[in-house]
Amino acid sequence: MNQDIYVVIEHLRGQVAEISYVMLAGGRELAKGFGGSVAAVLLGNKAQGLAANPSPASGQYLAVDKVLYMDHPALSDFTSDAYQKALAELIARDQPRAVIFGSTSIGTDLASTLSIKLNLPMVSSCSSFSADGKFTSQICGGKIMAEGELPGPTALITMVPGGYKTEQGQNSQAPTLTQVEISSVEPVRVTLAGYIEPESGDVDIAKEKVLVSVGRGIQNQDNIVLAEELAKALGGVVSGSRPVIDQGWLSTSRLVGKSGKHVKPKIYLALGISGAPEHAEAITDSDTIIAINTDPAAPIFNIAKYGTETDLFDLVEVLTSQVKAAKGG
Amino acid sequence: MNIIILVKLVPDLVEELAIDSSGNKLDTAWLRMIINEFDDHAIEQGILLKERHGAVVTVVAPDLEGVDDVLFTAAAKGADKLIKIKGDFSGANNHAMARAFSAIVKELQPDLVLTGVQANNDLDGSLGPLMAGCLEMPYVGYISGVTLGDGKLKTRKEYPGGLIAEMDVSLPAVLGIQAAEQPPRYVAVSKVRQMMKTSTIEERTAPGLDMAGGPTISRMFQPEAAQHATMITGNPEEVATKLVTIFKELGVL
Amino acid sequence: MPERIDFWGIPFTWGSPAIYVYFLMALGSIILIFRFYQRARLWWRVGRPDVRWNRIHIRLWRVFQYAIVQAKLLRQKYPGLMHIGLAWGFFTFFLGTALATIDSHFLKILQGNFYLVYKFVLDSFTILFLIGAGMAAYRRFLQRPPRLTLEPRFTWSLVLITLIVMGGWVTESLRLAVEQPAWKLWSPFGWLLAQAWIATGASGAALLNWHLGLWIFHLLLVTFTIATLPVGTLLHVLTSPLNVFFSKLDRVTGKLAPIPQTAKGEPIYASTLRDLTWKQLLDGDACTECGRCQDACPAFAAGKPLSPKQVVLGVRVALQQDGRLLFNNENKAPLLATGNLSAEVVWSCTTCGACVCECPVLIEHVDTIVDFRRHLVIEGQMDTELQGALENLGRYGNSFGQSERMRARWTQPIQPVVKDARREPVEYLWFVGDYASYSPTLTEITVKTAEVFRKIGLDFGILYDAERNAGNDVRRVGEEGLFEMLMEKNSAVLGKCTYQAIVTTDPHSYNTLKNEYPINGEKPLPVFHYTELLDMLIASGRLKFSKKLGYKVTYHDACYLGRYNGIYEAPRRVIKATGCELVEMPRHNDGSFCCGAGGGRIWMAEGEIKERPSESRIREAVKLGNVSALVVACPKDVTMFRDAVKTTGNEQHLEVRDLIELVHAAL
Repeated sequence: MNQDIYVVIEHLRGQVAEISYVMLAGGRELAKGFGGSVAAVLLGNKAQGLAANPSPASGQYLAVDKVLYMDHPALSDFTSDAYQKALAELIARDQPRAVIFGSTSIGTDLASTLSIKLNLPMVSSCSSFSADGKFTSQICGGKIMAEGELPGPTALITMVPGGYKTEQGQNSQAPTLTQVEISSVEPVRVTLAGYIEPESGDVDIAKEKVLVSVGRGIQNQDNIVLAEELAKALGGVVSGSRPVIDQGWLSTSRLVGKSGKHVKPKIYLALGISGAPEHAEAITDSDTIIAINTDPAAPIFNIAKYGTETDLFDLVEVLTSQVKAAKGG
Repeated sequence: MNIIILVKLVPDLVEELAIDSSGNKLDTAWLRMIINEFDDHAIEQGILLKERHGAVVTVVAPDLEGVDDVLFTAAAKGADKLIKIKGDFSGANNHAMARAFSAIVKELQPDLVLTGVQANNDLDGSLGPLMAGCLEMPYVGYISGVTLGDGKLKTRKEYPGGLIAEMDVSLPAVLGIQAAEQPPRYVAVSKVRQMMKTSTIEERTAPGLDMAGGPTISRMFQPEAAQHATMITGNPEEVATKLVTIFKELGVL
Repeated sequence: MPERIDFWGIPFTWGSPAIYVYFLMALGSIILIFRFYQRARLWWRVGRPDVRWNRIHIRLWRVFQYAIVQAKLLRQKYPGLMHIGLAWGFFTFFLGTALATIDSHFLKILQGNFYLVYKFVLDSFTILFLIGAGMAAYRRFLQRPPRLTLEPRFTWSLVLITLIVMGGWVTESLRLAVEQPAWKLWSPFGWLLAQAWIATGASGAALLNWHLGLWIFHLLLVTFTIATLPVGTLLHVLTSPLNVFFSKLDRVTGKLAPIPQTAKGEPIYASTLRDLTWKQLLDGDACTECGRCQDACPAFAAGKPLSPKQVVLGVRVALQQDGRLLFNNENKAPLLATGNLSAEVVWSCTTCGACVCECPVLIEHVDTIVDFRRHLVIEGQMDTELQGALENLGRYGNSFGQSERMRARWTQPIQPVVKDARREPVEYLWFVGDYASYSPTLTEITVKTAEVFRKIGLDFGILYDAERNAGNDVRRVGEEGLFEMLMEKNSAVLGKCTYQAIVTTDPHSYNTLKNEYPINGEKPLPVFHYTELLDMLIASGRLKFSKKLGYKVTYHDACYLGRYNGIYEAPRRVIKATGCELVEMPRHNDGSFCCGAGGGRIWMAEGEIKERPSESRIREAVKLGNVSALVVACPKDVTMFRDAVKTTGNEQHLEVRDLIELVHAAL
């Protein structure tokens, strides 16, 4: 039993995911209150190099004193069953004060199951913590926040991005690497058959400087042409939020969001996008977000620099023609 | 093949949400509860598997306002059995629901349990992986494709950026559905009404609700934005003009 | 004394010519009856039952109006006159032959002055017929309008009937050339040709031979035509009057039939030919392929795959191909496969009713299309936008997906507060409608409407959050269950209110509230469209205008006000009362051209289009030249036309105004 905060580092195909740094930052906040330290937990197969030095080009390391590394052939790529069993062994043995997972395709496969298996309390969708051991979570599409005391003896936590910056989870000090024993993860009931690359598509929206993005407010596929005209006039491309891609109105290569691409354009024009967390987290690195939405309570206005309640169907065409006129075309 | 689909009812975000007088719960006065949209996808995926491979599909839901309509709609889409778990679920967390469901689900001996990967009111994890823990079955979430092939279950799991991992899962298993292979089908109101006359909802009682494992919420509130966008007003022409000025300032025009 | 001579000039050498004539007529008739029966029996053996033989006196009157007099054809002058020439000609010849038969065997009536008039009439109609035939030939071979089916089988029919009539004319002219009776000028046309024969100098014997030859030719041709009538395009001579006889009688245009049920109470959806009624199958066979419906159809004009003509013919073709198999219970092929009866075709319809309005033989296209849609809805075959709209209507009672609590938000700035009809009695219960309540661009007009009502001193109230979409277009989309649910909810609320009449500003709501609520045959609610109400108030003097606006405007007849409910004059009187000058567009009254939003189209993806119906209409209005505004009386028209003004670049030339805005300005 210790007062440490364990952070389960997420990595995919040799890359550490950005959420890991956010989790480390959150863990450090918690550790201040509980008096322990933060330890990164990394599972893999012959991945010591990655654990010790996740981002050689940047010269930044995981902002922890120690990395607990678990090595096993069954852990080379993430699969829920093997990872869950390995972590169960570690948590049961070490009994840290808290274990932080990402609220992601990796973390959510693990945390809840471990909560039942190890009979440990959990709290999910946390965006930030306070030094006196409180968590703040968001629900209902980011419209409601919930606060409480972190339960014990070991709290299992899933974190969403937004509360901390990536830099807060990095420092220039290389941590020590400790290899941790695993007894067995058998029987392994989930195996990886392979990866399927995303459609490459005609554009890489992550590289574009201007994005004209459409959400549910565009109402149907025919109206997307309005966004295309504006994008063309501004020298950008069209992207979209999840509902638009799910309907098949834009290809998946244009998806901006948690399960799509994170973008950092100069201008992100959000047309009829509400700004739910899964989308918001993918655009916060944009230089300037401009939101057009008739709902004054839409969360997008909390992250946008400029906004207007004008109906996009009244505004976009007028805007396009004014842009063209300003270009002298 | 025996498929069970677990369904949660969640607040409809179309309505304006408010906190009740206690300060740590949602005000239920104007709250409309609707089917969790990911659970709707789980139903669609279950029906697709039934259409392809033949299966018995059972839908299980807690007794909350609107649940009958949800179950009959599932029946109209092709679900074979409907089970409503009786109990006071109004304040239940996911741990309590998972425990309440698991005794009944174990009895039904499913080969596959499908549920939505998340719900908008999750504060203590999600129902799917919690159920997997209770049933001691493997769990894979963020699923957007399921196929049955020579005794194995092949699934497609979504990662960010459009990357997909193909995971083979041994049955019985629990899957958290992100999206069904096709959008949930439309079912005519007359079919649902027909089901109300011809189908029955089996009622089972949950042995008490054990909330252990979930957090205690001391306060719920609507976030005040740390910042708010500078709002541009006027008629469309005026707004467009101001935006063009901003574009110029940013160097895009 | 002038009199008709039986078989003049026909030798009796081989027995009485009557034998041959009657033999051939009998033969031809038997073949006709047999072949017609083979065709017709498919209707009732394959199709479902439908009671259509009540109130026979009205049905017979309709046959007289539409199948004999055929005045409806004059909606288009050229082809109308053309066909009337052909058809009335043949009716006259038929009557003439009947009189001749009576004269032959029963009563010598064709003598004296009566005979002279008889000859004159027959001759006149010969000319009219041949003029009609000439017009038809010009139209079919030179003009070649695309709405016609330009195929040889039509040419064949035209040739046959023309040769028959010419044969009769020539035969008569030869007789006149030989006989040269004193009353020859009573057959002026025949006598004209007779002079040509005389001029040839041929002997009387030669002329008699020609006469006999022509007479035989004429007889054989008539026999042939009678025998082949059921398999050629002349079938419509039998099927069209039948179709008129069996046309819809007990249901007003604005009311759809409920979903039919089997004896066990299970619903029947139109997926195969067997699911259609025998009348719907007869529709297919009665179609003359004139194409007037296609010309009137806004979807077709926009380049959508829908042609009402092809839908009707699709049923015919399916019956021809599969009928016998179905008859023998062999084939259960689905009807809505590909081609002319695909889902895409069926979804393109706006249910504007122009096709039904135009059809000379009273085919009911819209009813059949809605039946097909009901099947598609049950199968879940619709685009995602429509699915979303229906799901929103089911959950929130409006297609916008907004909470019920937002429905009356437009009333917030109004003082004093608009009465709540649920809580207190009102004289007029104002059923506002979805678009007027929820659409941000339209609420300005809704507020003006409230102001007008208040200024007039109307005691009115609304249903606030309890109002739901009235369901007109939900029903036309084929979601009958959802329609019933919405109707039940609205009826329940209305049932608890106290009011004298319902007034609505939305024609779609008007149509269903007036014609389809409640469904169980109870007394219908008194419903007015606001233009009717304002018209009544102007007539009674209660509504007076203080200003004369003096604008030059044109008026668009909304489909569900005009064609469906006959409201044409009331809005026009109101416009004129505000002091505006009304200029009519070419397509006005029941020829009005739909804006394209009806039938649920406003909830569906537009798809590929050549020219939006609303844009075509705006261009039509602008073409009038000096009109400053297009006046409408439907919120969807406001939306569609304002959009179209922008997309056609006519912002400087035309404004779109709801009629209430004129009233508001003139008060």
